[in-house]
Amino acid sequence: MSGLLNALFLALLVILAVAAVRVRDLVGAVLALSAYGLVLALTWAGMGAVDVAFTEAVVGAGASTVFFLATLLRTVRTEQVRLPRARAASLAAVFLLGGLLFLATHEFPSWGDPASPPSVHVSPRYLRLGYAETGAPNIVTAVLADYRGYDTLVETVVIFTAALACWVLLGRPKA
Amino acid sequence: MTELLAYAAARYNYWVYILLMLIGFYAMVAHGNLLKKVIGMNIFQTAIILFFLSTSAKRGGTLPIVGPEALAGGVAPAQLMNPLPHALMLTAIVVMVATLGVALAVLVKIYRRYRSFEEDVILDRL
Repeated sequence: MSGLLNALFLALLVILAVAAVRVRDLVGAVLALSAYGLVLALTWAGMGAVDVAFTEAVVGAGASTVFFLATLLRTVRTEQVRLPRARAASLAAVFLLGGLLFLATHEFPSWGDPASPPSVHVSPRYLRLGYAETGAPNIVTAVLADYRGYDTLVETVVIFTAALACWVLLGRPKA
Repeated sequence: MTELLAYAAARYNYWVYILLMLIGFYAMVAHGNLLKKVIGMNIFQTAIILFFLSTSAKRGGTLPIVGPEALAGGVAPAQLMNPLPHALMLTAIVVMVATLGVALAVLVKIYRRYRSFEEDVILDRL
């Protein structure tokens, strides 16, 4: 059942992504992207990545949409009707990249394999000893806030820099 | 035939991520509208996050949340999702929003000067 649900979500994701790229009305495209973010959060919750799903629902489906709509309010809301430039070259690049990646999937471990390389290297140690070493029952929290605490600390510097860049670009509000 | 089906069932997830990534890539290279390029970038980034998260999935596994039984060494790692990609991708999502915010701020700035989001119109007015 969960495999069927996963397949359904993935199909929805492709449809919504195509809609977000194809729709000429930019508000419509942004709302399709928002729906894409919501389905993405559901997909991740289904995969067991609940922490990431929460973040995506708040940030991807919520905050990003607000940013996009705020931008559109200050600018235009339609894409001009014209064929994309250098369409053949773009499609050739897309198909070349897609073909190479498709060939690479042959080497990947089969999906959900508990013995796949990413699952046997460091993470079993975190799972076994994380609670004893950090006291956090949720091991994702333990990794984020303890084992990789500096990573998370510097992440706030990234956000601060981005906020600073937006402030420099847009200036203070006139009112 | 059944072998082929089993092969596809173990890999169709990866194929969908590649497809999503290519949709984003196409929007970035082929569309002349700058906002569409940002939307494409967003789809591209989320496709990569989706791929990383899928490496943490384990068949029959549950959430990586443990109880006091962990102190006695009663945790079976094969039955819990891999928590490392989750933590890394939380960081990636935050960086994604930061890049999105700066990209949109640059777009507003471009629009103020050139009154358009279309690449060729902006090139004419440069």
